[in-house]
Amino acid sequence: MKRTRNQKRLIKTSIGAAVYALAILTRTEGNLVSFGVFIAAYFIIGGDVLFRAVRNILRGKVFDENFLMSIATIGAFIVGDFAEAVAVMLFYQVGELFQSYALDQSRKSIADLMDIRPDYANVKRGESLERVDPDAVEVGEIIVIKPGERVPLDAVVLSGSSSLDTSVLTGESLPRDVDEGDVLLSGCININGLVTARVTKEYGESTVSKILDLVENASSKKSKSENFITTFAQYYTPVVVIIAVLLALVPPLILPGATFGDWVYRGLIFLVISCPCALVISIPLSFFGGIGGASRRGILVKGSNYLEALAETEIVVFDKTGTLTRGIFRVQQIEPRGISADALLEKAVYAESYSNHPISRSLQNAYAQPIDAARIRDVEEVSGHGVTARVDGKTIVAGNAKLMRRLGIDFIEAPDVIGTVVHVAEDGAYIGHIVIADEVKEDAKRAIRELKEAGIRQIVMLTGDAKRIGERVATELGLDRVYTELLPADKVAKVEELFAEKSPRGKLAFVGDGINDAPVLARADIGIAMGALGSDAAIEAADIVIMTDEPSKIATAIRVSKKTLRIVKQNIVLALLVKGLVLLLGALGIASMWAAIFADVGVAILAILNAIRMLNVKKIK
Amino acid sequence: MKKTVRLEGLGCASCAAKIENAVAKLNGVSAASVNFVTTKMVIEGEDARMDEILTQASAIVKKVEPDVVVRKA
Repeated sequence: MKRTRNQKRLIKTSIGAAVYALAILTRTEGNLVSFGVFIAAYFIIGGDVLFRAVRNILRGKVFDENFLMSIATIGAFIVGDFAEAVAVMLFYQVGELFQSYALDQSRKSIADLMDIRPDYANVKRGESLERVDPDAVEVGEIIVIKPGERVPLDAVVLSGSSSLDTSVLTGESLPRDVDEGDVLLSGCININGLVTARVTKEYGESTVSKILDLVENASSKKSKSENFITTFAQYYTPVVVIIAVLLALVPPLILPGATFGDWVYRGLIFLVISCPCALVISIPLSFFGGIGGASRRGILVKGSNYLEALAETEIVVFDKTGTLTRGIFRVQQIEPRGISADALLEKAVYAESYSNHPISRSLQNAYAQPIDAARIRDVEEVSGHGVTARVDGKTIVAGNAKLMRRLGIDFIEAPDVIGTVVHVAEDGAYIGHIVIADEVKEDAKRAIRELKEAGIRQIVMLTGDAKRIGERVATELGLDRVYTELLPADKVAKVEELFAEKSPRGKLAFVGDGINDAPVLARADIGIAMGALGSDAAIEAADIVIMTDEPSKIATAIRVSKKTLRIVKQNIVLALLVKGLVLLLGALGIASMWAAIFADVGVAILAILNAIRMLNVKKIK
Repeated sequence: MKKTVRLEGLGCASCAAKIENAVAKLNGVSAASVNFVTTKMVIEGEDARMDEILTQASAIVKKVEPDVVVRKA
């Protein structure tokens, strides 16, 4: 069996500790053999440290841990503290071992958290079923997913039906049923049925691979706290080393009665504490833990900086459709004037058929017949108003009241209707209106309540809907403010206005469906796209992506963010406080080298253990 | 062109930052980032000079953290 590096170190350190115990037990002052046993223990325990120190100096790297530990312990030997010299080295090694073990463990936990990578795909090639690497499967090939297996690539079901566990992508425990023609997203687990499917995306473009890529690269966008600490560390070590030298040399020269032995020892304590690793190590771990944990709850955070900014959010702006409401519009009422209801719907559907606006889709759903594109000409979309088109040689105008007024068409307002009204005119004559309505999500109320509990000062809704509808939704949900009848371009302007209302440190988050609101998502401090499972465009455009359609996940994300930052702050304060205290006590001659070892390695271990708590995001409701 | 390498045995977070800064300053490199948690380094740079960049990057790693082994990801 090949032993790991840590196991080898453990064995060596144990032998060294035994020799050290022997040295202590057989200790006789002034005896050369006794001294020899201490030297032997020292070399067994710290030989590699000495070796690395010499090698690194030859490479031009002076202030590294190994060098500092070597100087500190050799210094202790010279001062005459044999027992302490070996003990310091022993504790340093034990500490390093613990630190390395804790780091490995936390890396492993994070890797487990991210273990959604499919291992293989069953591909139908000829008559046989081959088990291959998902990377080797091409678009269009037929794959078979057996019960219990992970969907390896994005695909569409050809035959079979099953329930899928989508929790790794959405954090939702409720299984999703799939049938012929349904889309399979990679990373989900097939629970019961055997499914045959055609691959629609190669592995690198598949959902699971994109998510992994995103989460793994998230830490390259560094948080402010991490940048602060790395900069701090650059100055910290040289400054502490310089103080150590001054401390060892100056007081004995100027203070009457001060001895070199005493002050050199104090300087050595400084050297032991001068390594910045305890400070630096836990910050990326905490952020990565937070990002990894959030991803398991269906929240993708694209950078440590965004996770950090989320905790400082003061204003959350929702684009109504697709976030607070379902974004699924349904035709509720058809009110024709002078023609039949079916004819009115047909004309409206044809006029709107080129648009991919939700209203157009809901009209098509209600019409439920194929559209003959040859009957339509000269389509002109008026953003935020509606469309005009030539259908069967006649000019059809379909849109809101503003469009009718603009074109001078005499129409009938529909004041009592709750929903979006599409007015229709043919060759300038009004032929009736169709009412389409959107529903508020069940989760929306809870989302607003939780956001307020999380300390959000202002919750604002933007919508292109009529004032009446927008305000009704806002009152129902308990929003602070609502801006209605906005054109897409107005939304950026409104967000700009809202920027002025937050405090300089506060952040503004914008929540959209990621389809039509890319400019606003980009302008906000934090752009959040919702309901993005399977939508590449939304994943592309946003800083944070909510994979499900639950707005309450935004509050969850804010709680994850706050917890991450709390742990980061605890670690920074702990490390600075302990190091500062031991430096102070060391300078005054009160702290021993033992305390210094604790301040160095002990604090690093505590910080790692604290950071690991972040992996337990399941506990954050 | 993006190239990812694994830094096996990376145990010191401040060294990770040092490696990242030094590699980012190499000629032909537009961006470099070291992920301390996954121990991966991603280098973005000119296609034609990638081999040269990787050699120099490995030298930097060797200098900052002599015990780290650079492997293909």
